[in-house]
Amino acid sequence: MKKNLTNRILLIIAVLVIFLYGIFGVPSGVTGKDLADSLTKRIHLGLDLRGGAHLILQVVVSEAVSAETDNTVARLQQDLKTANLSFSQVFKPNASKPESVEIDGVTAANTSAVRSLLDSKYSNEYDQSGGSDTAFTLTMKPTVEKALEEKTVQQAIETIRDRVDSLGVSEPLIQEYNLGANQILVELPGVSDLDRVKEIIQSTARLEIHAVVGGPFQDEASALASVSGVLPPDQMLVHGSGAMATGSDADSVYVLQRVSVVAGSDFRSADPGTNSNTGQRIVQFTLTNEAGDRFYDFTSANVGKGMAVVMGGRVREVANIKSAIRDQGEIEGTFSQSEVMDLSRLLRTGALPASLNYLEDRTVGASLGADSIRAGVTAAIVGVLVVMGFMLVYYKGSGINADLALFLNLVILLGFMGFSGATLTLPGIAGVILTIGMGVDSNVLIFERIREEVRAGKAAAAAVDQGFGHAWVTIVDTHVTTIVSAAILFLFGTGPVKGFAVTLTFGLLANLFTAVFVSRVIFEAHLNKLKPGEMVSI
Amino acid sequence: MEFFHGVNVDWLGKKWYFLAFSMIFSVAGIISMAWHWQQIGSPVPLSVDFRGGTQVQLQFVQAPDTTSIRKATEAAGIRDARIQNYDVPQNHEVLISLPEQSNEAALDTGRQQIVDALHSHYDNAFTVRNVQVVGPTVGKQLERQAGLATLYSMLGMLIYLWFRFQLIYGVAAVVACFHDTLITVGAFALTGQEISLTVIAAILTLVGYSMNDTIVVFDRIRENLRLSRREPLSEVVNRSINQTLSRTVLTSGLTFLTVLSLYIFGGEVLKGFSFALVVGILIGTYSSIAVAAPMLVAYQEWRASSGKATSLPAAKRAKV
Repeated sequence: MKKNLTNRILLIIAVLVIFLYGIFGVPSGVTGKDLADSLTKRIHLGLDLRGGAHLILQVVVSEAVSAETDNTVARLQQDLKTANLSFSQVFKPNASKPESVEIDGVTAANTSAVRSLLDSKYSNEYDQSGGSDTAFTLTMKPTVEKALEEKTVQQAIETIRDRVDSLGVSEPLIQEYNLGANQILVELPGVSDLDRVKEIIQSTARLEIHAVVGGPFQDEASALASVSGVLPPDQMLVHGSGAMATGSDADSVYVLQRVSVVAGSDFRSADPGTNSNTGQRIVQFTLTNEAGDRFYDFTSANVGKGMAVVMGGRVREVANIKSAIRDQGEIEGTFSQSEVMDLSRLLRTGALPASLNYLEDRTVGASLGADSIRAGVTAAIVGVLVVMGFMLVYYKGSGINADLALFLNLVILLGFMGFSGATLTLPGIAGVILTIGMGVDSNVLIFERIREEVRAGKAAAAAVDQGFGHAWVTIVDTHVTTIVSAAILFLFGTGPVKGFAVTLTFGLLANLFTAVFVSRVIFEAHLNKLKPGEMVSI
Repeated sequence: MEFFHGVNVDWLGKKWYFLAFSMIFSVAGIISMAWHWQQIGSPVPLSVDFRGGTQVQLQFVQAPDTTSIRKATEAAGIRDARIQNYDVPQNHEVLISLPEQSNEAALDTGRQQIVDALHSHYDNAFTVRNVQVVGPTVGKQLERQAGLATLYSMLGMLIYLWFRFQLIYGVAAVVACFHDTLITVGAFALTGQEISLTVIAAILTLVGYSMNDTIVVFDRIRENLRLSRREPLSEVVNRSINQTLSRTVLTSGLTFLTVLSLYIFGGEVLKGFSFALVVGILIGTYSSIAVAAPMLVAYQEWRASSGKATSLPAAKRAKV
């Protein structure tokens, strides 16, 4: 009995066309080069094939917390002075616990007044715990701290994104990584000058201006000697960086006020320029209005003293305050052209709220990526040819059936990749190769069963029917177990391994379609043509 | 053309040979792993993914000489650098590894130090082909993830097989998988190759593959048991294996050929991955016949001899 296969054949052709479109889009021509171009546009290559950098950064959020509590210390001092409540000091007692602030030396008479001041102004963000009548401890609320950490990470992501965009890297990926651990993932495909990129990213450590108390000193010992050996809690020692405007020593130590006058987000704009008098390269900056007011107060109160530009935890430049500055100023130094441009960019895009540490760096050079593609594709082609050849020899006519199914399998697999935008990695190519081997397994199962039925004396149509029927159960079992395996790999794996899991899964799903439906249709078409009593070629 | 027509081998009768074969390789693997543990603190050489540290892959214009490279790095004050040739000699490639840094702030300096040291002290132009820097946090994270993935994989398989067959089938299959994993990892220890994340992916894949193979045999056993309730289990099992032998050898053979193609042509980056698959496919096929099936029969015979109800033949009906 001849079956009407037209609908099914049309379906298969439709699938073929759709997935070919998935691979190539609409190609501009039919030459090999045009097809290769369309292919690379549709199929998204991973870093290990394209070349590029994969970085995982840790945001040191404790610095942001510390900066916030430093601000609180300053505000507290201001508030207590304004309310005429005497105290001996406001400080952070424990350097490794930046979320705690302590007020010492409150006179017993003022205790309740201080407490009500704290309640009214600080209870939103801080929990109070009184050590005694004369000392108070404020600890940042855990929810507030967590929110601050989150904000810091998001700000860092925005800043990094701005900087990377300004460098013109195509399709960068910058996102939070490992939820809750304050980590950022940065992927920069096709980056050739990685060192400069990393410098841009990492040297975006915090930029602040601090009041100078004393310096420069030769080393930390002499710096400490200047404050009689004990560093007051509201001051800190900072080393100079190599490229200092004034210094020729590699190392010089300054004593600075801990709380910064202006920092990162206070800069509204910054541009490279030249000093009209000296001809030196400078960075001209503008502060925001609110920061401008603060800066004015500070500079007018400190004419003749020094202020230090601190970048990345080191003093970059020390300037003498000649007169009150409101919101426009200049940073001078022996800068090269790229240095002023980089510094301006850093100030413009806002400095990072906290420093970044590298947790992981995987950089694949473009040449290695190209080699990997070549190797993977070669292995795939050899694998396909060997399998196709063997099937033809061993199963004769039905071998053609298996080979057609295999070809369609690969088209559907690659088409899936093109449509879904999934990334093809080097292990992903290995997954394609594995799919070939495992895919042909289904065909082998069916064909062996058909051979058994034929040997048992069944007619052609019945043998084919029985073959597919019995093998179906086993095919489902084997595919499900491998897909479960691949799903677990996808959940727990990193980039390249995920790529492998994806191609394996897509390949097996495609195989369920081709080995069972498509193979069946081809068999039926062949059976339609057989004379009665004739056997399939298998 | 047909390879396996009318085969009738007594597979279960050979189970002691199989046991001996498996034992030899397992023990060899375990001894090698113990030796590695004593030498480097881990049973197998670990790649930089898990070890942590810095690894830089360099390609030189002229053939590189590892002694001169070591002199250059030591002149720059870099201790504990591991320098080895990589891939085929005509590629002039070298791998330089630095051990793990506990201080994450200093993580990236290693790479720069190596590059600077070579620029100053070694007269041979080079390009950097690949860099991997892994901090201790990430290294531990990846170890944990790899371990969890393996565990969940095995568990998932066990549950699926319990659902489709009976618990004993599941246990036999999982034991076969353990056996395969042990011998494959042992092969890495014996040949001194590194285990990286992609190698773990390969091992998990071959677990799935070995499962596949075992399931094909079990499916046939289950089908044959339904047809003949009177035959002793060992005969049914033997016949099932003989019937599926053609399919087993063919599929394994074809998959093996594709993976062999990957091993030969696929490049150095995938060497560990393809090695794991090459070994794994051979062992996975072997274990379905030599480990899973005998275990099934042994369990059945143990239950029979200790007087418990022998419910094994009545496997669950296929639910498809």
